[in-house]
Amino acid sequence: MSEPEPGWVERELALEFPALGLASLALAAPQGRARRTDPGVAARLRALSDRFGGRRAVTLRQEPVPAAFRVFFRHVGLDPDEQRTPVEEAVLERLLRGEFASRGRVEDALLLAVVETGVPVLALDDERLDGPLGLRAARRGERLGEGPLAPDLPDGRLVIADARRPVAVLFGDVAPSLRPEGGCRRLRLVAVRAPGVPSVHVEEALWTAAEVLRAG
Amino acid sequence: MLGHTWSETMGRIPAREHASQRAVAQAERAARAQLRDQVAALERRLAAAAVSAFGSGALEPPASPLGGGPRVLSLGELERVRDALAERVRHAHDELDRRGAEQERHRLRLEAMLLEPGRHRFERVTQRDLGEGGCGAWHVRPRLGILGMLLGWWQVKLSSGCPLAT
Repeated sequence: MSEPEPGWVERELALEFPALGLASLALAAPQGRARRTDPGVAARLRALSDRFGGRRAVTLRQEPVPAAFRVFFRHVGLDPDEQRTPVEEAVLERLLRGEFASRGRVEDALLLAVVETGVPVLALDDERLDGPLGLRAARRGERLGEGPLAPDLPDGRLVIADARRPVAVLFGDVAPSLRPEGGCRRLRLVAVRAPGVPSVHVEEALWTAAEVLRAG
Repeated sequence: MLGHTWSETMGRIPAREHASQRAVAQAERAARAQLRDQVAALERRLAAAAVSAFGSGALEPPASPLGGGPRVLSLGELERVRDALAERVRHAHDELDRRGAEQERHRLRLEAMLLEPGRHRFERVTQRDLGEGGCGAWHVRPRLGILGMLLGWWQVKLSSGCPLAT
């Protein structure tokens, strides 16, 4: 497993948001039975469920990292009361379902990372990426992923991109062709650092997810 | 041409225009940064209001002024976000004030019930009325049932516990 690598931020975007950043970490993808939910991880999720009740779901927005993501959502035109920040979405789902539900090794790793650190992490198929990842605005005519069904991206939409094309909308959909499906051998975990979030939290989120994936 | 050649002069005009465009862009960027600071401060106040309202019902969020996905907002869009957020903060504080006044009214009623239960027969104040969590309720009831009703023996009982989910 490698160390977290800093990503690039397009110049215009960096001028607008000087503290915006991205970090990623590559590691071997769990294979076969290791892709299933691990009993230890499921127990960890159950223990975590006990720490999140209704009051915590509301007060979460005043904690430094979730608050920074709420502010950044507003700064980029998203309303966190309509499109919830990833950590608030996870906690709301815990309230609705009564627990943090386990859905498989990769999904559990990402869930643990966001709930424990407040920083969302996404997983991509590393072998299908082309060059280092970064943040930029989508250009006219670009699409999310490849193939005839790849959705068009509006000009200026903020995306995570590799050297060739957008791979995910910021806090949104991942290109279908880059999702880590069954045949994926190598994963790339990606975390966006919202302005105001110390980079140590971003690294912690990546390590948390990596530790769960490595345990298999 | 004040000693300058034609080509030198032509070279300077675009350079001057470029510098002025750059200054405008910088000024706009500074204005956007200032608006973002205001939005951040308003978001903190709105979050504090939402936490204060916990237990007495959520604050209804009015519709967002912008749609669409993540992007770098223009000056006008940031102003709209700032103004809408300021309106939401004002609305949230008005709502909290209204709820606070209502809770105060219920608190005074509970004090009166405790002081003179006989004058507030069968009145009820819930913990929710007071802005507290839980399902408890203070209820003025006769002591010893019908006998207490006939003899004017009244007391305030606190019932507790939420009903079981069905």
